[in-house]
Amino acid sequence: MSERDGTAVKGAELHKAYGGVLALDDATFSAAPGEVHALVGENGAGKSTMIKSLAGVIRPDRGRVLIGGEEVRLRSPQDALRRGVATVFQELTLLDRMTVAENLMFGREPRGVGRLIRRRDLPAAAEKVLTEHGVDSVDPGELVENLPLHQQQLVEIVRAVIQQPKVLILDEPTSALARREVEWLFGLVRRLRDEGTCVVFTSHRWSEVTDLADRITVFRNGTDVGTHDELSEEDAVSLMTRREVSTAYSQPEQGPERAVVLQAEDLAAPGLHGVALALHAGEILGIGGLEGQGQQELFHALFGLTPTTGQLEVRGKAKHLRSPRDAIRAGIAFIPQDRKSEGLLLSMAVRENLTLPILGQVAAAGVLRPSTERTTAEGMIEQLHIDARWPGQPVGTLSGGNQQKVLLGRWLLADSQILLLYDVTRGVDVATKQDLYSLIIELAGEGRGILFYSSDTDELAHLCHRVLVLREGQIAQELDGPGIPTEDIIGAAFKEETHA
Amino acid sequence: MLERALLSPISGRGEQGPRQLARRRQLVAQNAPLVVAVVLVVGMLAIYIVLYAISLSAFPGTFEAASITDHAIPLSLAAVGQTMVILTRGIDLSVGGMMDLTNALAALKIQGGFLTEALWTVIILLIGAAGGLLNGLLVAFGRIQPILVTLGTLSIFQGLALWVLPSPGGHVATGYTSLFLNPNAPSALLWVILLGLAWVAFRRSRLGVQIFATGNDEQSARANSVPVIRTRLLVYVLGGTLAAGAGVALATTSTGGDATGGDVFTLSSIAAAVIGGVSLFGGRGSAVGAICGAFVLTVLIDILFFANVDPLFQPFFQGLFLVLAVGASTLVGRYLMRRR
Repeated sequence: MSERDGTAVKGAELHKAYGGVLALDDATFSAAPGEVHALVGENGAGKSTMIKSLAGVIRPDRGRVLIGGEEVRLRSPQDALRRGVATVFQELTLLDRMTVAENLMFGREPRGVGRLIRRRDLPAAAEKVLTEHGVDSVDPGELVENLPLHQQQLVEIVRAVIQQPKVLILDEPTSALARREVEWLFGLVRRLRDEGTCVVFTSHRWSEVTDLADRITVFRNGTDVGTHDELSEEDAVSLMTRREVSTAYSQPEQGPERAVVLQAEDLAAPGLHGVALALHAGEILGIGGLEGQGQQELFHALFGLTPTTGQLEVRGKAKHLRSPRDAIRAGIAFIPQDRKSEGLLLSMAVRENLTLPILGQVAAAGVLRPSTERTTAEGMIEQLHIDARWPGQPVGTLSGGNQQKVLLGRWLLADSQILLLYDVTRGVDVATKQDLYSLIIELAGEGRGILFYSSDTDELAHLCHRVLVLREGQIAQELDGPGIPTEDIIGAAFKEETHA
Repeated sequence: MLERALLSPISGRGEQGPRQLARRRQLVAQNAPLVVAVVLVVGMLAIYIVLYAISLSAFPGTFEAASITDHAIPLSLAAVGQTMVILTRGIDLSVGGMMDLTNALAALKIQGGFLTEALWTVIILLIGAAGGLLNGLLVAFGRIQPILVTLGTLSIFQGLALWVLPSPGGHVATGYTSLFLNPNAPSALLWVILLGLAWVAFRRSRLGVQIFATGNDEQSARANSVPVIRTRLLVYVLGGTLAAGAGVALATTSTGGDATGGDVFTLSSIAAAVIGGVSLFGGRGSAVGAICGAFVLTVLIDILFFANVDPLFQPFFQGLFLVLAVGASTLVGRYLMRRR
């Protein structure tokens, strides 16, 4: 590959494994000074792992990172910054209990007598910096915590730019911005490019990619599959999805029943804008789309975790879910991706974790009956093939997939008829994944309604009766299955809406 | 650097005129807890003067003013040290133990001529720094919770204090005492002002900013190139040194040394900081507020005395006051935020 004016930043033949999962597999990416380079790919294709490697957040297991043609070992993001690579991550790194001015001028404060910081001059100095970069909307004296998210994002971007980096990496910079601010960002990026800065960015909006990028590199399955000057959306989607079929998926044989167990109309919450859906008994309803498009918000809304507006009917009865307790009572169970923070008590026994929601059934007059508790738990361990040596084993010592099964088992014991499965197979080994697939199909076969989100598009394609693809908090497309072509799901995830 | 014309400016904020006023309001709202602390000091002094006048048919004079400032000095020092630690989202329970130890040492050693007294003062402060260093090492490198570390070192320092001075006794040289205190004039106020000014300067130093950043969010602080571990370490060293200073001050204000005399300062230093508006969640607060808090707590005792409260009930009212003061501070802060 010929490189224009050398390379500003390069990751060469990078490998990175998380547990048994290869996030980067011999991936190479390079960007030149004075170009805007977009990095695209579906979830888990390795683009953010590549970015983190270049930004010094993670260290690749193998391969080389080069900055300005020189091989470097980056120990931290600050290390990368010293070498001229500034990164704006999706998670903001502003100090929220300090003012905008203190954040922008951090480490470069105006100083006076005895090298002491002139705090009184901070707002004016920050204001100057902001106006120089075309931002008038942000009050430099305001505490960051009082700013709306999109303004925080502006400050974060300006702070990265004033480091005068040779390489500016922007990870999904536009997802939080309003339309006018996106235009502002594009102006800024083009200006930086013309001054010779190398700008690397990711975006889930295809129009932004074609608008802004001089070159586009596509990632798939942890490696780069081509760099192009021009790329149509169709070609990009086919590049992103072309793959070898790795595992045989079991597919549901039974179709869903007629009865609707869960119906939502006009469901809205922060990050979720008017979602309508109907989940039938016996149905596995997939929720797809790129990460962060409102999937988590939808699941949280349906489990009463966020204040929500709109109508919700559970088995024909209108419900207003104010808390998870309400949801559980309505027969809804939520199995999150992050098992640690959202459900399991890791230091407690498998047995206790299984019987937690049904303590009433294993207790007599408020006192636990250990024998009942044990037999109940043992039955479930057997049924779900939970790989626990004994019911008293702490859940934290089980593998991820088995922890997931414990969580599932808990809700089966509680006789939940509606299961919200949120990316439950992530980070789970292949064999246990297969176990979980058959289990999910079996549970649906028994007449439960299952809402299934996965960041793995293949899973959605094979396992689900229907898939709803979310974009920016709305349903972008409904696809009928089972056996939906993965291209269709990814295409729908990237497709730009043509609304006014 | 960038030409504005090429960018699409994002505007939509108020005019220049009323902005001056808006900025001032903003500052008040952002420093609401400090404002409340200052108001509290003034209010408490007013109540004190009224009660004094009612019960003694006279106004308090320089003697009373000197008494209050002298008594407030050890707590002020301890509270400022505590504030620095709390700002990093830590806590220092060992303040009381360190004050026991340094109080005992001061009572035994600070006497016998200017040179020895000066030398021992430095040594005692260094002992405070060393104790703080121990706390800091365990917190920053040992990754142990500050509350556990300092609970442990509290007992260690208390034990050392009893070993140094098994029974109350000793006294600080009179000349040394009068250097800091004067029963006839509130000259100690000078030390309070110096302490406040030192804080104002410190707040404007690199380390000062780094302390706030560390307590705000460790991860974000790192992203801003703050050496978090070093900052934590230094903050406990500073806290220990200030506690030692407080121990020496305590020895000069009381007649003799007592190896348990510093114990109450663990909790009262935290109380002073909290009344002064220092957030226990870190990253928010001011040592000036903590000094105000120290004065509020000191005057409170005198107020309870003149209000004829049974000394046995004093802790009850002190606790009640603490809860009310902190509650009021929170409410006022919220009100000021909303009003904008």
